[in-house]
Amino acid sequence: MSIRTFTAPDPETLVNGAQPPKKRRQLRRAGESYGFLAPTLILLLVLMIVPIVMVVGYSFQDNVILKSSSEFTGIANYVTVLTDPGFWKATGNTLYFCLISVAAHLVLGLTFAMLLNSRLISAPSRAFFRALYVLPWLFTAAVIAVLWRMLLSPNGIVNFLLDTDVEWLASPQLALGTVTFINIWAGYPFFMVSLLAGLQGIPQDLHEAASIDGASPVQRFWNVTIPQLRPIIVSLLLLDLIWTSQQFALIWLTTGGGPIDVTEMLSTYTYKLAFANYDFSLAATSAVLVLLLSMVLAVLYVRHQKARD
Amino acid sequence: MALTTQGRTRLARSGVLAGLILGAVFAAGPVLWMLSSSFKSNTEIFELPPRLITGSFSFDAYTAILTDSETLRFFFNSYLVAGAVTILTLLVAIHAAYAFSRFEFRGKRVLNVVIISVQAVPPITLLIPYFGLVVGLGLYNTYPGLILTYMVFTLPYAIIMMTGYLNTLPRELDEAVRVDGAGSLTALWRVLVPISVPGIVSVGIYTFMIAWNEYLFALTLTRTTEMRTVPIGIQLLMGQHSYEWNQIMAMSILGSIPVLILFLVLQRYFISGLTAGSVKS
Repeated sequence: MSIRTFTAPDPETLVNGAQPPKKRRQLRRAGESYGFLAPTLILLLVLMIVPIVMVVGYSFQDNVILKSSSEFTGIANYVTVLTDPGFWKATGNTLYFCLISVAAHLVLGLTFAMLLNSRLISAPSRAFFRALYVLPWLFTAAVIAVLWRMLLSPNGIVNFLLDTDVEWLASPQLALGTVTFINIWAGYPFFMVSLLAGLQGIPQDLHEAASIDGASPVQRFWNVTIPQLRPIIVSLLLLDLIWTSQQFALIWLTTGGGPIDVTEMLSTYTYKLAFANYDFSLAATSAVLVLLLSMVLAVLYVRHQKARD
Repeated sequence: MALTTQGRTRLARSGVLAGLILGAVFAAGPVLWMLSSSFKSNTEIFELPPRLITGSFSFDAYTAILTDSETLRFFFNSYLVAGAVTILTLLVAIHAAYAFSRFEFRGKRVLNVVIISVQAVPPITLLIPYFGLVVGLGLYNTYPGLILTYMVFTLPYAIIMMTGYLNTLPRELDEAVRVDGAGSLTALWRVLVPISVPGIVSVGIYTFMIAWNEYLFALTLTRTTEMRTVPIGIQLLMGQHSYEWNQIMAMSILGSIPVLILFLVLQRYFISGLTAGSVKS
């Protein structure tokens, strides 16, 4: 999803938002506040708490959802999933897809941000290029998928420009690299936009001081720019890891996880268990494992955000 | 021989410009090709050598999409679902944000943690129980099924952003109204909501975009063609029209226009608000 849900909060916004209330009113107003929160609480219960309990419950039973008689089976589903080579193949692919995507997003995003921040170019030109650079971000995964399927088709323009005749998305050797490339194209603007704002926030006198001390542009990059951007970069990397590890639509609409299982990700693997094999118990088990992975990353992210403030 | 300062600046400028142009081809080239293909006839799309504008330049593909009742239905569904999600999300989030911004209550910290962590839960994990719930409640292949489940994506963001916005407004504003004997609800709707319109619009636009773009739940929780949304519609075009690429591209562009327009409206806010992650006071 190219407009990604940037819902990264300042973790303290909600908690510390209120200024201390006047004591004598506190009781009545506390009761009142639950009234305002009631719809949210109900929705969180129905959309979050209950489903998580359900999916964890499913993962310890067999024949869930489709059959009426399911039995508690302990950790049998976990043994099945964790001993399935397909699961580990999907895990490996997800890891490759995530690490390459995230690293490339950072490098491209930072490069473009620095080019766009260059004082050597006039402001209107920079605004023009920024508008172009942001483009991939504005298309949803379904659009990005069909667009690249056209560009990469055997008689498409990419093969023409490279003077090749390659089935980019159907070749077992190339498919994983190709979907990763598409994801890189789709995702770098998020880094670029955030890092550009970060670059503009670096006090100019830091660079000037470094220049006076005789630092070369390369030295200034490593000793001024990067340390100043570090907190943003860590946030972006963690967020991108969370999102990329959950990517479904782009894979599903380009390769569907194939050929065979060459581009199978944890998301498509889980989806197929449920909606191709109709084994909702194993799908729930895989879904819980994916959840644990995301939660580890989320905890790291929230901790980092707190440290930032 | 050493370059003069002026010469060096000029060289650096050329380097930056070359980099910018190269990057622009990478970023915008595919989009330009999408646009160009949507104006071609289907046979010209893969002709060699490729041309950006061909003799048969026409709006036929767009006409085909916009006169097909099936594809129009995809747009109708997307507007309906995204519109309903936006209105409901705003209504719920404004009240929650008011509580977070102006009240102290037991469980605030816990609720804060829940709302933040909701955002990290993988959609695929929720999909399995949602499928069970939606089928069980008779909401499978219905608008309410999609609208309700989309709120899990939009609500946390909306609450956090609205709370951040309300935190920037002086407490005296609504206190004054309450001292005059009005209730909290009146203070919220008569005083805070009217001056929060910019914040509400931003959150609303973002909510709309998320709902408009959603794919996984739309794919799984609806079944019939007349219930499908635009992202699924684009996928369906690939199957049923035996690769009418010009129409697929036209549909992709038409399906992206609402988001493009909303992004233009929101651009300043996007660029400035992103790294902060929230509207800080």
